[in-house]
Amino acid sequence: MGSRASTLLREEEIEEIKKETGFSHSQITRLYSRFTSLDKGENGTLSREDFQRIPELAINPLGDRIINAFFPEGEDQVNFRGFMRTLAHFRPIEDNEKSKNPTASEPLNSRTNKLLFAFRLYDLDRDDKISRDELLQVLRMMVGVNISDEQLGSIADRTIQEADTNGDNSISFNEFIKVLEKVDVEQKMSIRFLH
Amino acid sequence: MAWFTFPADNLLCRCLGISITVWFTLLFVFIIMPAVLGVSFGIRSFYMRTLLKIFEWATLRMELGAKEKNQELYKPYTNGIIAKEPPSSLQQEIQELRGSANSLRSEPEFEMADIFYFCRRGVESIVDDEVTKRFSAQELKSWNLLTRSNYNFRHISLRLTVLWGLGILIRYGVLLPLRLRSYLSEKVHLMCYRICVRALTAIITYHNRENKPKNGGICVANHTTPIDVIILANDGCYSLVGQVHGGLMGMVQRAMVKSSSHIWFERSEVKDRHLVAKRLGDHVADKTKQPILVFPEGTCINNTSVMMFKKGSFEIGCTVYPVAIKYDPRFGDAFWNSSKFGMVSYLLRMMSSWAIVCSVWYLPPMNREEGEDAVQFANRVKAAIAAQGGLVDLIWDGGLKRAKVKDVFKEEQQKLYSKVLVGDSEDQMEDKRSEDGTPEGDESSKDPAEGQ
Repeated sequence: MGSRASTLLREEEIEEIKKETGFSHSQITRLYSRFTSLDKGENGTLSREDFQRIPELAINPLGDRIINAFFPEGEDQVNFRGFMRTLAHFRPIEDNEKSKNPTASEPLNSRTNKLLFAFRLYDLDRDDKISRDELLQVLRMMVGVNISDEQLGSIADRTIQEADTNGDNSISFNEFIKVLEKVDVEQKMSIRFLH
Repeated sequence: MAWFTFPADNLLCRCLGISITVWFTLLFVFIIMPAVLGVSFGIRSFYMRTLLKIFEWATLRMELGAKEKNQELYKPYTNGIIAKEPPSSLQQEIQELRGSANSLRSEPEFEMADIFYFCRRGVESIVDDEVTKRFSAQELKSWNLLTRSNYNFRHISLRLTVLWGLGILIRYGVLLPLRLRSYLSEKVHLMCYRICVRALTAIITYHNRENKPKNGGICVANHTTPIDVIILANDGCYSLVGQVHGGLMGMVQRAMVKSSSHIWFERSEVKDRHLVAKRLGDHVADKTKQPILVFPEGTCINNTSVMMFKKGSFEIGCTVYPVAIKYDPRFGDAFWNSSKFGMVSYLLRMMSSWAIVCSVWYLPPMNREEGEDAVQFANRVKAAIAAQGGLVDLIWDGGLKRAKVKDVFKEEQQKLYSKVLVGDSEDQMEDKRSEDGTPEGDESSKDPAEGQ
C-alpha cells in the first residue's frame, strides 16, 4: 500500500487534466487511486487484461468493445491521461459550461462527443461507417446464442433501412445522430461522479 | 581513544543489562502471568482510546496543513467515486431508454440506443466495481500514523513528523520485540492462544457467547486473515480444516496436530470432494470431538464484504454455528493480501501495528431446512453473517481474486437482452393482455446485492 504514495500525481499534471477533461481536483485524485489499483503491473499504464480482471465488466456483453474504446488505434497500453480522456465523455453536461468559451474546442462530454463514443462502439473497423456486417457482429455480441442468424439479420436490415438516408447501405455518423435525436443522450451516457 | 571507550562501554553494558531486566520483568508481569491466569488489566482498552484520540488529532493537523497550502487532501476512492442508481433490471432500463426515443412500434425490437445501457454499465464498473476492491486493504478516513496507510504525506507538518517518528520508535522498538519474544515462547494450547492474542495486542469483544459452537457441529465464519483462527481459538477449542502447507504454516500445522485432532488435507485429496466430505462427516458424527472451524469463502477478503460461500460444508447435514468477525481497521489493517505479502512479512506488519481490534458475534445455530438445498442454505447463513457484521453481502466468488469470472454469467446477460429484443412466448402473451405496458416478473432478475 505504501508504494502507491510514491507515485502520487504531480500538481501540474492534475491541472492539465482538469483543463482538458473538466474533472475536479478531488475527482482526479480519486480516479487516480482507482487507476493504480487496476494497474497490477504497477508500470503506470493499463493493459486490456487489467480491464478484463473486473468481473462486472467481463460479464458485460459489450465488455470488449468498451475496453477497446480506451485504447488509441493500434496501441496496447493506456496511461492515466488517456484513461481520464475517455472517462471524460461520461461527465454530466453542466449548463454553465456551454456559455463559458464559445471559441474553445468542444468539451469531451458534449452531446456530440457522447454520441461519437457510442458510434465507435458499433464501428468496429473505425472507418466512420457502420456497415451491415458490423451491426450484425455487435448484435451477436449482445444476444449471444439466443437468437437465430436469420432473425438477427432481419433486425439488422430493418435498423439500417430506417437509419440510412443516403442509400449506401451503412450508417454514417450524421445518420446515427439523426436516429438518436429524440434520445436523452445527456442523461443516459452520463455517470454521476461524486465531488 | 581507548581510555575513552572503556567507561562508556561499561556504562552502556550496565544500561543494557538493566533495561533488559526491566523489560523481562514487565513482560512476565504484564503479559505472561495474566495470560496464564486469564486475567485482564484493562490496560488495553485505555491504550485503544488514547490511540484513537491521537489519530483524530493527527488527521485534523493534516487537514489544517492542507488548507494552509490551499490544496486538497487525497480522498480514498473506496468511499465512493460515483453515485450509482439503485439496481434495476435490464428490461426496465432498456424500456426507459426506448420510452424516450418515442418508438411507434408496439412490439419489442432493436433500437440503436440500447447500446447506451451496456456502455454506461460497463464504464461504471470500470470506475467502481463491487468485487476488485474487496481484495485490497481498506482505505481509512483518518490517518493512523502508519505510513503504509497514508497518502497525504505531503501535508505532514513538523509536529506530525515528530509524532510519527515517536510512533515508529514505539512500534518497532517496544511493541515488536515484546511481541516476538512472547510469540516464540508459548507451548500450551489455550494459554498459547491467549498469549498470541496479547502478543498481537488483540482487543477482542465477544458477543452472544451463549451461542458458542458445540461439539458435533461446524463453525463457519467470514475470512479476513489467518489471525481469525487465533481470535476464535482464544475463546474455545476447534478442529481446523485446511490444506497442508509448506514452510512456516506447515510447521505450525504439524505442531498443532500433536495437541488436538485437526483435519489437514493433501492438495490432491482436496480435489476429491467426497473424501473431504466423508472425513468431515466422520469428525462431526463423533460427539466427543470439537466443532470444526471452516471458512467457506475459501480465501481472505478485506472485511468489507462477505463473498460466496462454498457449499461443501453445508452439505454435511449437521448444525452450523455462524460467526461474524469484524475488524476495526483504524488500528492496523488485519487483511492478508496474499498476492502482495508473504506470511512472514504479513506477521511482521501485524506485530508492528498499533493493535488488532475486532468484534466477534456468535450467531444462533442454523440447520438446513426442508426443501432447501446446500447453496440456498449457504446463502442464508452468509446473509445472517453479513447482516450481523455490517458487511456487504455479495454473490461473487472470492475465487475471483485469482481466477477469471465464468462465461455463464455473461451468457445470462445476453439471454436477458435477447428476451427484450424478441420476447419469449410467455412475455408475448402477457404483453397482449396488459395494456399499460408495465413489465411483470422483473423481481426475479433484480440484482441481489444490496446495501451499497
